[in-house]
Amino acid sequence: MAVLAMLFLVHPRIPAQFSGSPAPPESAFSIPKANLLQPDELNRLLQAGSGDKPLVLQVGSHVLFAESHIQGSEYAGAGSQPAGLDQLQQRVASLSRKTFIVLYCGCCPWNRCPNIGPAFRRLEDLGFTHVKVLYIADNFGADWVSKGFPVERGR
Amino acid sequence: MEAALSSLRLRVLKGFLFVLCLGACRTQAALAAGSLLHQQAPEIVRLDLNHKKLDLNSYRGKLVLLNFWATWCAPCQLEMPHFVAWQSRYSPRGLQVIGISMDDDPALVRELCGKLRVNYPVAMGDETIGEAYGGILGLPVTYLIDANGEIRAEYRGEKDLNTIERRMKMLLPRR
Repeated sequence: MAVLAMLFLVHPRIPAQFSGSPAPPESAFSIPKANLLQPDELNRLLQAGSGDKPLVLQVGSHVLFAESHIQGSEYAGAGSQPAGLDQLQQRVASLSRKTFIVLYCGCCPWNRCPNIGPAFRRLEDLGFTHVKVLYIADNFGADWVSKGFPVERGR
Repeated sequence: MEAALSSLRLRVLKGFLFVLCLGACRTQAALAAGSLLHQQAPEIVRLDLNHKKLDLNSYRGKLVLLNFWATWCAPCQLEMPHFVAWQSRYSPRGLQVIGISMDDDPALVRELCGKLRVNYPVAMGDETIGEAYGGILGLPVTYLIDANGEIRAEYRGEKDLNTIERRMKMLLPRR
């Protein structure tokens, strides 16, 4: 496990961004690289005894969330649907714009995810300044669960 | 005596923690590994989108292509027109395609199935089915289930459709 973690640190999987014209706002590629968080980084943050703990929000499928989600995370609506974005907006309405928020989805491979780009954009439009997005290359099962990071089930 | 009791208590506590940890690890491993290859396909009994009973066991004798998908899943929507074509082409040779949508809203599923002219039964899935199938934690996921109900192939994520079709043709009950 430690060896795997080391390999991950040495070769972080950062997605190739589109070159040339900017990615459309709904695309996961539109999220700046500086706002991405690798799964092992988030796990370290959540496991750390002290420090700034983020509010972790899943913005994809509620069914997949019910099956398994990051321990302590909350479901906040599917980012690809207007009703989902409204749910996300309601969840963060009372929070300080400086709140540390981590968004994730993991329904599909990163380049196909319809949820994460719009959810990130919505928080940005609302003025949140400390938003990170969990970079999930393939899907939640492969990139979080199978690495042995903590999960829980239920809606 | 006091020391022996204290040591016993510690050992019992350690044992309890070990069993607790083992249980948690197993749950996680089951979700993570998830492969059901060469096992009997878990039972699915649901009402489909047309309110007809969909019972996976009732398709024994046929090759079932069981596809987990969702309306928000782009690779799923690339596959589905092929599944529609395969259902037409290979059903005389014993193929039955079944779709399980992992969407939250059946209205969206009905709409897309109409648009894609889906010609096979589709039912709404949930976490219970997902867990029974080893954790559907990313889409699409497709299984080929032979005439005896055994899972013979499993495809997780976007896969080459020619590969799936070749394997499917090999498993068809009627040549």
